[in-house]
Amino acid sequence: MVRFIIIRLLQTIVALLGISLLIFLLVRATGNPIDLMRNPSSSEADIINLKAQFGFDKPYPEQYWLFMKGIVHGDLGKSILRGKPVTDMILQAAPNSIRLGLTAFIIGMVTATLLGVLAAVRRDSWLDNVVKFLAVLGQALPGFWLAIMSIWVFSVYWHILPAFGTSGPANYVLPVGCLAFFLLPGMMRLVRSSMLDVLDSEYIKLARIKGLPERVVIWKHALRNALIAPLTVAGMLFANIITGAVILENVFAWPGLGKMSVDSMIARDFPVVQGITLLVAALVLMVNLLVDITYAYVDPQIRYQNT
Amino acid sequence: MSIERKKADDIVKGFKKRRTATLQWNFLIPVAVLSLLVLTAIFAPWLAPYPPTQTSLTERLAPPSFMEGGNPAYFLGTDTLGRDILSRVIFGARVSLSVSLLVILITASVGTLIGIIAGYTGGRIDAILMRITDISLSFPAILIALLLAVILGPSFGTVVLALSLFGWAGYARLVRGESLRLRQADFVSQARITGSSSMRIMTRHIFPNVINPLIVISTLQIGMVILAESALSYLGAGIPPTTPSWGAMVSDGRNFIDVAWWISFFPGVAIGLVVLSGNFLGDWLRDKLDPRLRQL
Repeated sequence: MVRFIIIRLLQTIVALLGISLLIFLLVRATGNPIDLMRNPSSSEADIINLKAQFGFDKPYPEQYWLFMKGIVHGDLGKSILRGKPVTDMILQAAPNSIRLGLTAFIIGMVTATLLGVLAAVRRDSWLDNVVKFLAVLGQALPGFWLAIMSIWVFSVYWHILPAFGTSGPANYVLPVGCLAFFLLPGMMRLVRSSMLDVLDSEYIKLARIKGLPERVVIWKHALRNALIAPLTVAGMLFANIITGAVILENVFAWPGLGKMSVDSMIARDFPVVQGITLLVAALVLMVNLLVDITYAYVDPQIRYQNT
Repeated sequence: MSIERKKADDIVKGFKKRRTATLQWNFLIPVAVLSLLVLTAIFAPWLAPYPPTQTSLTERLAPPSFMEGGNPAYFLGTDTLGRDILSRVIFGARVSLSVSLLVILITASVGTLIGIIAGYTGGRIDAILMRITDISLSFPAILIALLLAVILGPSFGTVVLALSLFGWAGYARLVRGESLRLRQADFVSQARITGSSSMRIMTRHIFPNVINPLIVISTLQIGMVILAESALSYLGAGIPPTTPSWGAMVSDGRNFIDVAWWISFFPGVAIGLVVLSGNFLGDWLRDKLDPRLRQL
């Protein structure tokens, strides 16, 4: 197990270097990022000054070295637009994103598990059909459109929920609800199908023969094993939360990282977008590492296969 | 009812269904919608009542013609600049269709190549390629798309590049699994015994056998790519304005949702219908061509 963790950790570091190099090269692919900021009123001297200030006049390998050194020290550069360190800006916006993402994640997962299990247990009942219908619809309708329509229904038509702001609990309902609904279809489908598989197995039959109450068989014996399959896609789930948050923060003007990255994209403030992308890349790799370790812990076969 | 019993019932039901179902609505309707999309995209200039960028300041925010106060000249109403929503939805089909076809072509080719090489060669190459694939699969493409939009500027090419950069991974994983299985097949060992090169085995023996799953996944991808493209256009990182795209149209209506819901509503319905059709057709093809994929 220790050997497995060490190997995975090394792989994660290599992957992180790879992604940082990819982002570093992408940013410089079209020449000098400062040229993006050029406007008609800036003189040649201004440009040269800026280049020196951001270190773009140095050769690429040295730039990459400085770039990586900065990252290790938690320095992601400065926003071209506001002159503030990107790290500070991220730290300021991150709590809003975490609050939104975490609440939506918990609500989405609990609902998905509940509906997925009930649909599997009562296969082909009206509930199962509702779940299937929701899954199909949820996977086809764009999240940003559903969010805007929910603003129309709840804020404009019924006047019961605010569409903007972060001040009170009521402000959380629409963004969190939409993000949770964005995560729901995929998870629900997965829990349902993996629950169906588990319910078919020998040990569930045994549990029933033993005379355990159906409630215990389903919610304790079956659910535990049915949740292993969704664990394998936790990495993709994390990517979904990020995607959903980027989109929905912009619909609801939620002052988190997603809105910041899109605002910076529109202002062409590349250090901010680059910083957020790097941070998320690191988080994605961490989540994958954790999932791999958890999975290896749950299923010893994986441990030996991959070392 | 016991699970065995239920299964037996399902099988019997399945047989009955197969015998009686002559009209397959779950095939015909999606195909009709997707054909309509293709025809609309091709013949947009002839179908649209107005040019998609023609503004009319006197006809701003006109409700759809079937509503109270609607102008009969604008079936789905007009937006903040007085542009005809119907015409813009019709022209928007072009963006969705061209982006999705191009992205699927690129990702399917790259993914198949990587998948076959990884699955057939195995060993260290397989391990490295699959690690890269796993990371790509779990990377939120939307962030790279935003980064590319900053660097290259929002454009058709940027959207295609952003969606292709990680989109190949799903194909690679699927094709790799298939190749791994096919590598053990008798016809592959026989080809090897008769002296076929690895190159020949991969192109002539393995590739033809992964075409069916490729078709299924590509069909299911149509919806995914259209959704992703519309999200990028919504955020302003997609196809630049003046070219009508469904995602950007929904975004145009965002700030006018209290006075003119129709600006956002209809393009979203168009996205939903096309994506739904793609998914249904993909499911249907999967059941016909490759029922094993059902697990995915």
